[in-house]
Amino acid sequence: MHIANGIVNAQVSAVFAVMAVVALALCVARGRADLDDRLAPMAGLVAAFIFAVQMLNFQVLPGVSGHLLGGTLAVMLVGPWVGALCVSTVLIIQCLLFADGGLTALGLNITNMAVIGTAAGYLLVAGLLRVLPKTPTGLAVTGFIASVIGVVIASQGFVLQYWLGGTTDLSMPTIAGTMAGVHTLIGVGEGLITATTVATVARVRPDLVFALRRFRTRPGSTAGVTPAMRSAT
Amino acid sequence: MKRRTWLFIGAGLLVALLLAGVVSNFASGSPDGLDHTARDGCTTNAEGEITGGTCMAQEEKDHETADSPLADYGIKGIDNEYLATGLSGALGVLITFGIGVGVFWLVRRRGPERAGSETGAGSD
Repeated sequence: MHIANGIVNAQVSAVFAVMAVVALALCVARGRADLDDRLAPMAGLVAAFIFAVQMLNFQVLPGVSGHLLGGTLAVMLVGPWVGALCVSTVLIIQCLLFADGGLTALGLNITNMAVIGTAAGYLLVAGLLRVLPKTPTGLAVTGFIASVIGVVIASQGFVLQYWLGGTTDLSMPTIAGTMAGVHTLIGVGEGLITATTVATVARVRPDLVFALRRFRTRPGSTAGVTPAMRSAT
Repeated sequence: MKRRTWLFIGAGLLVALLLAGVVSNFASGSPDGLDHTARDGCTTNAEGEITGGTCMAQEEKDHETADSPLADYGIKGIDNEYLATGLSGALGVLITFGIGVGVFWLVRRRGPERAGSETGAGSD
């Protein structure tokens, strides 16, 4: 889902580049708290794995393919802040070395795939793990659902950017509908890859799955209990 | 860090190398969802270049790094498509892993045993 140069105008691209830099700075600041000696190499592996799987375009319709974006996968394995940094690392390397995704469009692409994709994935995973069990199967179901919805939401990030600064005057509802439709199919592929990967890691090394270590919700705890407990300590 | 964790990281890296170095040659060559949508309404020739019509991609410009030795997941100078895709993919995995581990290791939270030497840096 890499945007090439010249699709969205320079002004809007520049605004999103600034937003991407701010978001990444926030991710570094917040992600440091999660990044310990064990998560740092794991995050490097997650980035390398996402790079590899992004090369594996799968057919979704005749003449149309798609690939994993990786936001939900990264969230489940290394958490939201570090996860967004993993996807960004991949996008920057693809842009600078592999001519994939325009340099002027890098801010747009980081916003859609690394920031929106990861944020949506995080909210969905955190919500789903309140009801689904933290077992390999529970994680697989969570990863699948969060991936499908997360990819569609990320695709609408592009629709927003094109609405703001598209270089050709076209029907926005048509673009939004086509993007959502195609990316639902791509999301199913992403969901299967995410579910398989997360369930495998959860079976082999559950201690390396961020979603199993965090997102802990005590049975019976409600939103009102947490602040009270915090003030008590 | 524990040896067991490095074993897992090594195994994971091997899987990524196989996916990017071998399986990538079986990937679909069709344009992805966004590229396809961006060309909706335009006519294209066999190379995928736009020849007419109205679509999002009609103002598309060349990539700044199109002359990179790894551009478009190939390797400049290697004509064998399978070899070029596989090698560039494997290189990409190693570069991403190297930069990723390096950057994440540099910005990581230092253990509590060092918190005393960096006053204030340990608190969030």
